[in-house]
Amino acid sequence: MLRPVAEAAEEYVDDSTRPMTAPASRPLAIGRLPGVDGIWAVIGADSVIFAVLFVSFMLDRRQHVAVFEASRQTLDSTLGGIDTLILLTSSWMVALAIQALKRDAMGRVSRYLLFGALTGLLFMMSKSIEYAEKFGHGITPATNTFYMWYFTLTGIHLLHVALGTALLTVVWVRARRGTYRSVNRAVPESVATFWHLVDYLWIVLFPLLYLMRAGS
Amino acid sequence: MTVLRERASRVWLVLVVLTVLTTWGLSKDLLAPSVAVAGTFLVVAIKVRLVMLDFMALRHAPVRVRIVFESWIVVIVVAILGLWILTPVVNPSVV
Repeated sequence: MLRPVAEAAEEYVDDSTRPMTAPASRPLAIGRLPGVDGIWAVIGADSVIFAVLFVSFMLDRRQHVAVFEASRQTLDSTLGGIDTLILLTSSWMVALAIQALKRDAMGRVSRYLLFGALTGLLFMMSKSIEYAEKFGHGITPATNTFYMWYFTLTGIHLLHVALGTALLTVVWVRARRGTYRSVNRAVPESVATFWHLVDYLWIVLFPLLYLMRAGS
Repeated sequence: MTVLRERASRVWLVLVVLTVLTTWGLSKDLLAPSVAVAGTFLVVAIKVRLVMLDFMALRHAPVRVRIVFESWIVVIVVAILGLWILTPVVNPSVV
């Protein structure tokens, strides 16, 4: 039987209202998540979706391992490695922007955010070159199962990069206008958190598609 | 320089070194595929953890959230390596 809402609410204890002097037995509850809570739900859901895609890729690879290995060898791992270095650098710049924002060093915040957005753009250009090269050789998602996965996984990731770059650009413009301060940083922190998700998804995707050799 | 004193900068340097190691070292034919793949994905786990803890600031997040995200790393790396082991080997002459 459902209880009255008021009764249930009386039993509910909100962690955020606990005093700073929490008992020593509960030190693990102390801590803060950057950005707004909603962004962490998005990141959690996205991470689960990508985990399912990674496992599905591996299951398909199990069925067609020779095709996957032959196709994988046509990918340019040097370009993929450079893409990884670009995204890592971009993520680093955005992390530095948030550190600078916490100190109200607004000049540096703008510069780091701009560099973060530009490196996002650089990643998109690199991927465009890679796709153009594939299409130039007549390779499309319909070529075989591996390329279907290659275009799907890198394509979904590229959409994330495009969205992240657009958001970084908006935050950069607003930072230049003086919209944010250390006490008002939830939006830039949320965008930064999303950008780091884009980074760590690529950290898994790159070796999965480009580097994973078949057993012999 | 201020930038170099930031923890994020030291973490970035480690991430770059690990990327170079896996892209231009571990993936080459010098090592057995099993060693190369296991090494590569252990490095992946380290790299993702560093991004989560130091770039996303999960190091200072509530421990329950941190456990969820770190578990994600363990699950995907174990799943990928487990399925790699269960995949039949390929005769190099047919590739």
